[in-house]
Amino acid sequence: MPPLVQMQGIVKRFPGVQALSGVDFSLEAGEIHALLGENGAGKSTLMKVLGGLYPPDAGTILLDGEPVTIPTPARASELGIAFIHQELNLARHLTAAENVCLGRPPRRFPGLVDWRAMRETAQKALERVGAHVDPDALVGSLGVGNQQLVEIARALTMKARVLIMDEPTAALTEAEAAKLAEVARSLAAEGVGVVYITHRLEEIFRLCSRVTVLRDGSLVGTYSVAEVTPDFLITRMVGRELTERFPKEQVPIGEPILQVEGLTVPGKCQDVSFTLRRGEILGVAGLMGAGRSEVMRAVAGIDRPSAGRVLLGDKPIPTGSARAAIANGIVMVPEDRRGQGLLTGRPVRENLSVAVLRSLTNFGLIRGSAERNLVDQLIDELEVKTPHREQSINYLSGGNQQKVVLGRWLATEPQVLILDEPTRGIDVGAKAEIYRLMGRLVAQGKGIILVSSDLPEVLGLADRVLVMHQGRVAAELSREEATQEQVMRAATGR
Amino acid sequence: MRVELSWGERIRRLGPGLAVLVLGAALSFLSDNFFTVSNILNVLRQISVNAIIACGMTMVILTAGIDLSVGSALALGSAVTAGLAVGGTHPLLAILAGLGVGAAIGLVNGLLVTKGNVPAFVATLGTMAIARGLTLVYTGGRPISKLPTLIQKVGTGYLWRIPVPVILMFVIILLVYVFLRHTPYGRYLYAVGSNPEAARFAGIPVHRVLITAYLLTGILSALAGVILIGRLNSAQPTAGQAFEMDAIAAVVLGGTSLAGGQGGVGGTFIGALIIGILENGLNLLKVPSFWQQVAKGVVILGAVLLDRRRK
Repeated sequence: MPPLVQMQGIVKRFPGVQALSGVDFSLEAGEIHALLGENGAGKSTLMKVLGGLYPPDAGTILLDGEPVTIPTPARASELGIAFIHQELNLARHLTAAENVCLGRPPRRFPGLVDWRAMRETAQKALERVGAHVDPDALVGSLGVGNQQLVEIARALTMKARVLIMDEPTAALTEAEAAKLAEVARSLAAEGVGVVYITHRLEEIFRLCSRVTVLRDGSLVGTYSVAEVTPDFLITRMVGRELTERFPKEQVPIGEPILQVEGLTVPGKCQDVSFTLRRGEILGVAGLMGAGRSEVMRAVAGIDRPSAGRVLLGDKPIPTGSARAAIANGIVMVPEDRRGQGLLTGRPVRENLSVAVLRSLTNFGLIRGSAERNLVDQLIDELEVKTPHREQSINYLSGGNQQKVVLGRWLATEPQVLILDEPTRGIDVGAKAEIYRLMGRLVAQGKGIILVSSDLPEVLGLADRVLVMHQGRVAAELSREEATQEQVMRAATGR
Repeated sequence: MRVELSWGERIRRLGPGLAVLVLGAALSFLSDNFFTVSNILNVLRQISVNAIIACGMTMVILTAGIDLSVGSALALGSAVTAGLAVGGTHPLLAILAGLGVGAAIGLVNGLLVTKGNVPAFVATLGTMAIARGLTLVYTGGRPISKLPTLIQKVGTGYLWRIPVPVILMFVIILLVYVFLRHTPYGRYLYAVGSNPEAARFAGIPVHRVLITAYLLTGILSALAGVILIGRLNSAQPTAGQAFEMDAIAAVVLGGTSLAGGQGGVGGTFIGALIIGILENGLNLLKVPSFWQQVAKGVVILGAVLLDRRRK
């Protein structure tokens, strides 16, 4: 019997980038097949070809052994290919039932929507994916996990035979992720072929039967998960040995550089005090909504605190002014890259130079050569993969976009860097580069505050860990004291 | 590092310029009077008012805003200039006062959009009506005529055989171009239009940048008003009605995105030129004026549709 899906020699080019160069991929009915690779390796692109979003420049797609062309997403769903995107495609102001039946609501004479049938269909589909969701609930009011289940329910009502999930667990809690895994398993048991794009190696070993690794738009290989190890996959993925997951550099810790005293933002955080020293990485852990980002926004002058002081050395910094903070060497790399970091549609050059334009001027005019030199130097230093500095930031991969955002702040020559979830959604290779960069920065005597939900990352890198719970500092642990259990206990308020 | 643009991108950037050439070539064939020095200067003079307003509009649209009050700012600013000048104030002071009125309207727009958090469309719709009403109040609904020579010269004079409005237009375009491309503040306009939240994180004074865009637009509208009253030797209380539409059309034809963050003032000049050449050509070809409006609309839509397809 031919495989459910067979993609052969798929080629896809974008302006200035060869995204896929002749990739083969096959999917069997009833398997969960992981697609692994660094950002920009071409995973999403390959699946977007299958989902009818990008027409391939060359190559063939066979479904049940029959050649098909998939020029549009509509054609893909006709063929039974459903795509759950990383950014969910739901109408937030409509109900769960309306979303499940979006685009093809059940009809009754004379062409009106049959609301009762819609609710029943939705109810059934939602039950099948194990979502305890009221079909009449507005999707915008649901948690991310449930929203994801609504999307999967929608795919089911379209009688999907191929289900593509692009990093479905990136925004989910452990419990939600576990539930999603269960749903994927039961769908596979019913004969659906599931493609699972992920960065989380442990998920692959828990869930998938085969794994296909891509690197730089080419196929590295397809392996049976039972026969490989995580280290093997990492080497395949990055094309080199990664000696250590968290390359922690030992640097001497100097005098205090940043002192935060009694910082309060009404409704967000209460009376937060801490100190950061030169050469130190201070980890900030806590659950979602514990007020980690909010404290840091106030420190970086984005939001105005109602009380408290921020001192650089022993000099108080005016609060509530990002400009004053930057001028004094305190910068924050925000957590939401797309929403808060990127100047979308603008070239890499402008994205890198925007925070330091004033210092590049002569009589009020920007010196073009100075700007270009600065930008080229940053691109080299951070190894940003871009065909040229005028490339629109939109065309870079997530990891490279993140490097550009980091570069923007490095250009300001900061003393204190606040990194809010700097490695979320980026691949192992780019992560390691960012860790090494952090090592270099503290070696220069800067201080780093690392806010992260990735606990192993915090424990691996931080010299000290601040744990937050309900807007307050719940614990301050030294590197030796900080264990997963200790941090979780403080984070949950026990 | 070498900077390469794809052919598609190059053609896209040239698109509006090509349109001007094609339109110009076609009209040269169809009419003997089109490709003459006097007619070309004539076209440039005719577009100067719109082009100057559109320079301001470009800045506002780059921030993802819109300014519907430009026509009213033109009317109120120029009425004040005319009123003071006729009343005996020195013409230069009268012009400055008119520009000040334009600046004030722009400032109010900027404050409404930033501190008041009112969508630009609504804020400027309101100030459009207010400024128009104030113009009628100030003039009593009657034109103010018999302006001093200096003001007339701004509309009808020549310098080195080039019409003064044309010189003013090019000076403004150059200044706005340099401002947008080569000063931090100009670049902040793009940043704010592209992603206001990211701009805030980058330490850009977002509110001040927005206010600046509206303020400059108000001043430029009033300046365009001085040219207009100079040419007509009279300030009409109904002057400038629907000018915002021509200005927006020029900006959009020039490839600036209404979503903000993309475009520039060079394109806007080309856009204003396309509209001007079209009107001039249709006149030369003696197309009835009612049909001219239809043709203008068709060209605007056609150009934008072509641009969409290329993207």
